[in-house]
Amino acid sequence: MTPGQKTPNTPLWEVFIRSRNGLAHKHVGSLHAADATLALQAARDLYTRRGEGLSIWIVPSGAIIASDPADKGMMFEPTVSKVYRHPTFYDVPDEVGHM
Amino acid sequence: MTTTSIRVNETPLVLYVLRRADDALILGHRLSEWIGHGPILEEEMALGNIGLDLIGQARSLYAYAAELEGAGNDEDRYAYLRDAPQYRNLLLAEHPNGDFGQTMMRQLFYSAFADPYWRAMASSRDGTLAAIAAKSEKESAYHLRHASEWVIRLGDGTEESHERAQEAVDQLWGYTGEMFECDAAERALVAAGTVVDPAALRDAWDGTVGSVLSRATLTRPKTGWMQSGGRSGRHSEHLGLLLSVMQHLQRTYPGATW
Repeated sequence: MTPGQKTPNTPLWEVFIRSRNGLAHKHVGSLHAADATLALQAARDLYTRRGEGLSIWIVPSGAIIASDPADKGMMFEPTVSKVYRHPTFYDVPDEVGHM
Repeated sequence: MTTTSIRVNETPLVLYVLRRADDALILGHRLSEWIGHGPILEEEMALGNIGLDLIGQARSLYAYAAELEGAGNDEDRYAYLRDAPQYRNLLLAEHPNGDFGQTMMRQLFYSAFADPYWRAMASSRDGTLAAIAAKSEKESAYHLRHASEWVIRLGDGTEESHERAQEAVDQLWGYTGEMFECDAAERALVAAGTVVDPAALRDAWDGTVGSVLSRATLTRPKTGWMQSGGRSGRHSEHLGLLLSVMQHLQRTYPGATW
């Protein structure tokens, strides 16, 4: 249990849904639940009511390692000036067709 | 314009379908009473989902009853224009919600029956009932799982949750026998292969409920005298109160639409 958690009996979980075969699981939101089994059931009830999913992943929110927003400059700004990393400097031959 | 209660020509099959429809509607309505009162938002949604599944099952069954009866009734008329003695649901379904533990226990007892019931009904010789069963079976399987998980956690939880869960078992146990009743009219439908003999589902129910209660460290009461009467319209006082809320609008403004 993460210290200082507001709802110790029902910790926070992150929900990921895969909508179709071949696609990746996508983060859709979070929920509170007592344990992993109930979290999975709650995810089904909260996030798949309109046929959104074929598969659900549940992750304890505390298990997610997140970057610090304060590090934004160091982490992400250096890439802004490196446009050559985008694959936009090549001519795609017509024969390749739609990519 | 006044609208009095409708009369229903209850042939054995119409009566049979109305009984199952009423189970689903009344239990579904009970679950809807949790809206705004759920212990947590997540559970409120879960209860709402289960309630909506049940009301959906009721709608299909009422529509079929209307077709069989062929007297101009429809799902709304069955739901809103029958008085308590005309309702055919199990007493278990109308039992008040009580605390969350009681609601989950009631759901466990009902779903442990509904799950194998619909699975068996999927091979009914009646094509409409078989189709309704095929859809309902998947819903009931989830209801059973949801209720089981909660009963296990409440029973095997804190001292207070255990005590209250056990009280729920003891209070509701006497209402579980009615699910397995089969009167003469139903027996003929069983013989024709239209419906399943509920007695044949007893072992499955005992097995499911027994295993959930034991995982929940709850004591299964000795089976003694069982409450009965809902199937023939003899209800507890609770149903009248439920209907007065559910039917209020159509009874006060007959024929109102929006």
